Amino acid sequence: MTKRKSPLVRIKESWRLYVLLLPAVLYLAIFHYAPIYGLQIAFKDFVPSLGITGSKWVGLKHFKYFISSPQFPILMRNTLLLSVYSLIFTFPLPIILALMLNETRSVVLKKTVQNITYAPHFISTVVLCGMVIIFLSPSSGVINTFLKMLGHEPVDFMTKEQYWRSIYIISGIWKNTGWSSIIYLAALSGVDPQLYDAAHIDGASRLQRIWHINIPGIIPTAVLLFIMNCGQIMSVGFEKVYLLQNSLNLPVSEVISTYVYKTGLLGAKFSYTSAIGLFNSVINVTLLLIVNKISSKVSDIMLF
Amino acid sequence: MKRNKKSQIKDSRNDRIFGFIVDFLLIIIGLVTLFPLIFVLSASVSDPVMVNSGKVLLLPKGFNLDGYLAVFENEWVLTGYRNSFIYTVVGTFLNVLVTFMAAYSLSRKDMYGHRLITIYMVFTMWFGGGLIPTFIVVNKLGLVNRPVVMVILGLISIYNCIICRSFIQTSIPYELQEAARIDGCNDFGIVWKIVFPLSKPVLAILCLYYALGHWNGYFNALIYLDDRKYQTLQIFLREILIQNSRVKVDDSVDLEAMVRRAQMAQVMKYSLIVVASVPMLIIYPFVQKFFVQGVMIGSIKG
Repeated sequence: MTKRKSPLVRIKESWRLYVLLLPAVLYLAIFHYAPIYGLQIAFKDFVPSLGITGSKWVGLKHFKYFISSPQFPILMRNTLLLSVYSLIFTFPLPIILALMLNETRSVVLKKTVQNITYAPHFISTVVLCGMVIIFLSPSSGVINTFLKMLGHEPVDFMTKEQYWRSIYIISGIWKNTGWSSIIYLAALSGVDPQLYDAAHIDGASRLQRIWHINIPGIIPTAVLLFIMNCGQIMSVGFEKVYLLQNSLNLPVSEVISTYVYKTGLLGAKFSYTSAIGLFNSVINVTLLLIVNKISSKVSDIMLF
Repeated sequence: MKRNKKSQIKDSRNDRIFGFIVDFLLIIIGLVTLFPLIFVLSASVSDPVMVNSGKVLLLPKGFNLDGYLAVFENEWVLTGYRNSFIYTVVGTFLNVLVTFMAAYSLSRKDMYGHRLITIYMVFTMWFGGGLIPTFIVVNKLGLVNRPVVMVILGLISIYNCIICRSFIQTSIPYELQEAARIDGCNDFGIVWKIVFPLSKPVLAILCLYYALGHWNGYFNALIYLDDRKYQTLQIFLREILIQNSRVKVDDSVDLEAMVRRAQMAQVMKYSLIVVASVPMLIIYPFVQKFFVQGVMIGSIKG
């Protein structure tokens, strides 16, 4: 075995590895780290002709302006409600589906349900939202056709504030539950079958076996995913929210990311919206670190 | 509890009922998930009048392919289809290449600076400059409204890179690489001749993930492209499905013809959904067999 060599020799010997890394490192430097450097415009009054470095510092002006603006409470409320509801309602479902798929004795049923529930994942967000809008159309939508058959008046769902969050969450469940269950199925396949047999011999019912063997088997995976989700609380997906928005549901559907797009890019308020974006990221990262810390204290499961 | 003498343990009555309930619920879940897909497919091949009057509930009524004809007569849909196809193929190729190269180097823990480079990459998963600063950088580079932006942005997903790295570390024996080195192979040779051929399962999954992102994504096109001739399919889909723009401007005053056009436009939406979603649904079965291998290894933690 060779002795510990100096860094320079080691770099020289494996220069090829660095060449392989180069495109990725360069890409991140230009499209991730340069924008992070550019984030300083959140503390400046950005003027394109002066550039990022040349613009004048204004400290926390934009942050103060945002927090005291009338939109602030509405945006925070909409963003947090949407992502917290999504987390509560969508997080447990893939776990339940995976447990059920793991429990069925029929291979055909398992495979069929898996393939059917994976399919919506391959449909684009635009198509998904298009389907939602078409299905819920008050004149020709299939949902309203059913309502009419049951003797109800047709409802114009997309224009009613009270339905918007449910529409967002239910369509998300349809698209993602099957796909998200894959990771739990993988975790379940790692459970030692001998445990199962042993429990069976000791007289444990199926429900007891799920509770005492399967669920502990997937908790580490679930906790990790939960921590990662908490790091996304403030950034509900722009695409879907933006596509499902219309002027009538805007009071509940305007979230931080869509507001940043509209005022920042379309309204050209670069510094102001960068400040909002930064505010957003800081909350996300803080939440991620807090939940990670709590989890590592309570359960020894942590992201880093 | 009494022990059963037979080696095969019989389920208790409650367990059988439980199994029955699980199967029943799975069937319900399957049917409910399937319904929207079947409905779209049926509506897309049905008579426009039947669709608009709510006669089509599950199966096609009055078989009719006019919706598909209308889709293929729409020049923007075709332009978008072509553009998306090019962005997807070129973009996915570059993605997989860059990801795989980086993943191999990251799998080598003996590389000097391994930890630092890993942190450099993983950090970008949790913190970034956000929309506006990124836009300013892309604009500064002169990439706004240039088709190339569609394959450069998102060149590497760190998440996918970690999946790939974990696969290389856990499923390809390091001894194999050592043996090749003793035989005089350098790092490039090892990557190309040893690691690449053995990484097929994970490469298939990376292809699927990246291709799906290119084909289905519309965010980058919305932000960075202006020119209609460069736009992607998803942008045109949004115009037709969501913004509900009239597909063809109608200058006739004939009311009946207008009604027919409107009904036609509705059916065309269903056909369009099918046409836009089919390419990705076709890829899946080819990649499926690699899934178990790939996803399990890549789980979450690196």
